[in-house]
Amino acid sequence: MTATPVPHDPDGSLAVRVRDLRMNYGDHEVLTGVDFDVRLGEVVCLLGPNGAGKTTTIEVLEGFRLPSAGTVEVLGVDPATGDDAWRARVGVVLQSWRDHPRWTPRRLLRYLAGYYAPYSTPTHPRPWDVEELLATVGLVAEADRKIATLSGGRRRRLDVAVGLIGRPELLFLDEPTAGFDPQARRDFHDLVHRLSDLEGTSILLTTHDLGEAERLADRILILADGHIVADGSAEALTRQVAGTSEVRWCRDGERFVHATDEVVPFVRRLLAQHGDALTDLEVRRSSLEDTYIALVQRFESASPAGRHLAEVAR
Amino acid sequence: MNALRNAVRQGLRRGWTEFEQSLRSPQDQAFYVFTALITLSVLWVNRDDEVGDTGLMYPTFALPSILGALLTFGVVIGPAYSLAMEREDGTLLRHKALPQGMPGYVTGQLTYHSLSLVPSLLVVLVPSLLLFDGVMHGGVAGWVTVVGLIVLGLFATLPWGIVLGSVVPGVQKVGTWGMLPVLVLITISGIFVPVQTMWGWVQAVAQVFPVYWIGLGMRSAFLPPEAVTAELGDSWRTGPMVLVLLAWTVAGLLLAPRVLRRMARRQSGSDVEAAREAALQWIK
Repeated sequence: MTATPVPHDPDGSLAVRVRDLRMNYGDHEVLTGVDFDVRLGEVVCLLGPNGAGKTTTIEVLEGFRLPSAGTVEVLGVDPATGDDAWRARVGVVLQSWRDHPRWTPRRLLRYLAGYYAPYSTPTHPRPWDVEELLATVGLVAEADRKIATLSGGRRRRLDVAVGLIGRPELLFLDEPTAGFDPQARRDFHDLVHRLSDLEGTSILLTTHDLGEAERLADRILILADGHIVADGSAEALTRQVAGTSEVRWCRDGERFVHATDEVVPFVRRLLAQHGDALTDLEVRRSSLEDTYIALVQRFESASPAGRHLAEVAR
Repeated sequence: MNALRNAVRQGLRRGWTEFEQSLRSPQDQAFYVFTALITLSVLWVNRDDEVGDTGLMYPTFALPSILGALLTFGVVIGPAYSLAMEREDGTLLRHKALPQGMPGYVTGQLTYHSLSLVPSLLVVLVPSLLLFDGVMHGGVAGWVTVVGLIVLGLFATLPWGIVLGSVVPGVQKVGTWGMLPVLVLITISGIFVPVQTMWGWVQAVAQVFPVYWIGLGMRSAFLPPEAVTAELGDSWRTGPMVLVLLAWTVAGLLLAPRVLRRMARRQSGSDVEAAREAALQWIK
């Protein structure tokens, strides 16, 4: 099979292009029309409640699952017809479980690396040097231990290394930090930043950790009710969807809370009115989490009014 | 560099690594010792029994057939189990994510299970040569025939292990879908008792499948010419034997890649996740 060139992305600036992606399992519609892009070099985070279709979406992009309908282009190619040269440019981080128990990380990575050698070019040498990669993901100490004896966190590092071994131009990660301890999580975030900054790798990842999404992503997509209900930077989403902040204060031992869009004028009035009687003044900006919860609740109920907000959020 | 040829080389490397790791694994060593002990005990207990009026002792008569049965069992159940297992644990998916990963994976499977045949036959054959007299009557020509027959038997049965591993719904089902039918076939194929002791229709069924013919070929290589009187039609039927095994080879080689491709196409991360959930349920 030969790769089909993209007709809709003439300047070739998109790593991923998804239009009206639909997926049915029998009568059940998991994806009801997903649209989004990932630009080259961008880190995009796909958020959404369990069962929203995040994994299905990623699997379609990886070419592991055929969509019921819609247009999908990954590095300019329909994943369903992507050939091996295309495959070599895409990295997939899989949730491993107990595969290759008798292998060691070094042996496994050397073996997998061997598949990429024919796809090396002077401008983009492949595969990644195994020793360097082991150091990058922090697996040097465990490089010669049997994989069966690795802890969950170490195993995930190995998964990430396997996804990276071919020096992909685009990397898919499905819940990469599930089961990571805080240190491992921070190391992983550094790794993602390095990949994005130094290698220019485009990255699409799913996560449940909103803090992670905020820290890593150039752009966040929220998938709920089978389609993308919000698309923007963490800041933009927070502003657009739950633009209110909360002001809390104490006066004469009594607590007050007030939600407002205009924090500064409100606080100025508050101070002018009560002066020294005011204690414990606190302003809390709504977080990505508030935004996320608000959005998902609205769309899970799937009311027409809720759907209308999708347009606002875009 | 040709990518497909490179992938096949990777597969050979994978098969060899898996083989080496298997030889070093206490679990697999125990399995080899266990098979050897069971087989040798059966032969040892019956070492003074004469088989019919052939003048042959039971170990001499049964060993060639048992080697044939071990071959069939090993290269059908081995790949079936590996494939079912590695579909569930994500090994297959990892290869799907690689450029030319599937040719590499399949080459690895074929290499590994072919190599594994060597120790599984040797652990029975070598002690038998030491324990029992007059095992090999065919001399050098006999050994050459044995090696040729092993290769032919491998081609006739290994693809069917791949087919079985591709269609079986899960690891837990390999027993009922694979182990049981193969054991039944071995029982009716004249491995432990001559096929003539079976009913006529059972004999007919046995002669459709490769187990009987591999056993027959093995006996023709090991036993003295006069032992042929214990066979159906008083003949080694070498020509039909080769033809039947070739027919199974061709059918297997035609079917296996198709079934395998279909199975691999349907494989996704969600399946691995589902298998994992199921396995966790089993542990609970």
